[in-house]
Amino acid sequence: MARVVVDVMLKPEILDPQGQAVQRALPRLGFEGITDVRQGKRFELEVEGPVDEAALARIHEMAETFLANTVIEDFTVRVDEPAEARS
Amino acid sequence: MTARIGVITFPGTLDDRDTQRAVRVAGAEAVPLWHRDKDLKQVDAVVLPGGFSYGDYLRAGAISRFSPVMETVIEQARAGMPVLGICNGFQVLTETHLLPGAMLRNNHLHFICRDQKLRVENATTAWTTDYAAGQEISVPLKNIDGRYVADERTLDMLEAEGRVAFRYLDGNPNGSLRDIAGITNETGNVVGLMPHPEHAVEPLIGTGRTDGLGFFTSILKKLVNA
Repeated sequence: MARVVVDVMLKPEILDPQGQAVQRALPRLGFEGITDVRQGKRFELEVEGPVDEAALARIHEMAETFLANTVIEDFTVRVDEPAEARS
Repeated sequence: MTARIGVITFPGTLDDRDTQRAVRVAGAEAVPLWHRDKDLKQVDAVVLPGGFSYGDYLRAGAISRFSPVMETVIEQARAGMPVLGICNGFQVLTETHLLPGAMLRNNHLHFICRDQKLRVENATTAWTTDYAAGQEISVPLKNIDGRYVADERTLDMLEAEGRVAFRYLDGNPNGSLRDIAGITNETGNVVGLMPHPEHAVEPLIGTGRTDGLGFFTSILKKLVNA
């Protein structure tokens, strides 16, 4: 079993009021020096079988058509370390 | 014979009953449609009502967009069948890319529920012929994901082609670009908007205005005269 991680972020030009609200709360909580916060989504996919090129291509297609709305969001796909390696 | 107008219910849809009622008040027959059913029961037009289909999980409208009923709706809409998306229905239509752009969280992050003044910018779509271009109407607005966004090129194209169908008046309630409250596709059969005309069709309810009824009488006239 392998894990593939898809990160989805709003495109840079899209206003992110949720990230802004988080950023504005930081100084009040004593966390200084953070000038900007952008909030995104992370999907962890447990993949059956080998994560070969074909499997990654399918996941890319899934991200493009479903996990992200490419009108407003960018996404990245990467293979995470094998599940057994984590403790 | 009157027109048959389908109203789709997804899990989490809220306004299907009010929409069916609005269809009947206008004089058409309301046909309930189920999200898992590909069959549109030979309706002449379809309304995607408001609510929180699939809990707005992932993105508002993102999961409904892949439901069996939408396969047929997308196919038929491309062939010219009139489709109206209200609120969550508008979000579904942008997710299908039948309408350009996307809907995001309101810029102030609050849920809004109030009467909203709009200007009808395009009175030639299948759903707006009973209005006059430039006419001001007031209908309820209630959402948290109501901020319409699209890239500059798309916005310019919508403006140039007269495809901004409705614009917010007296203040932008959610940060929608260019005050856009609703848009139409190129051929005028697919229309989506965030405010709720189906909640303003009877003098007894709400502010007593029936400004939303025109959507449903417009489509009825179009279908009956077709």
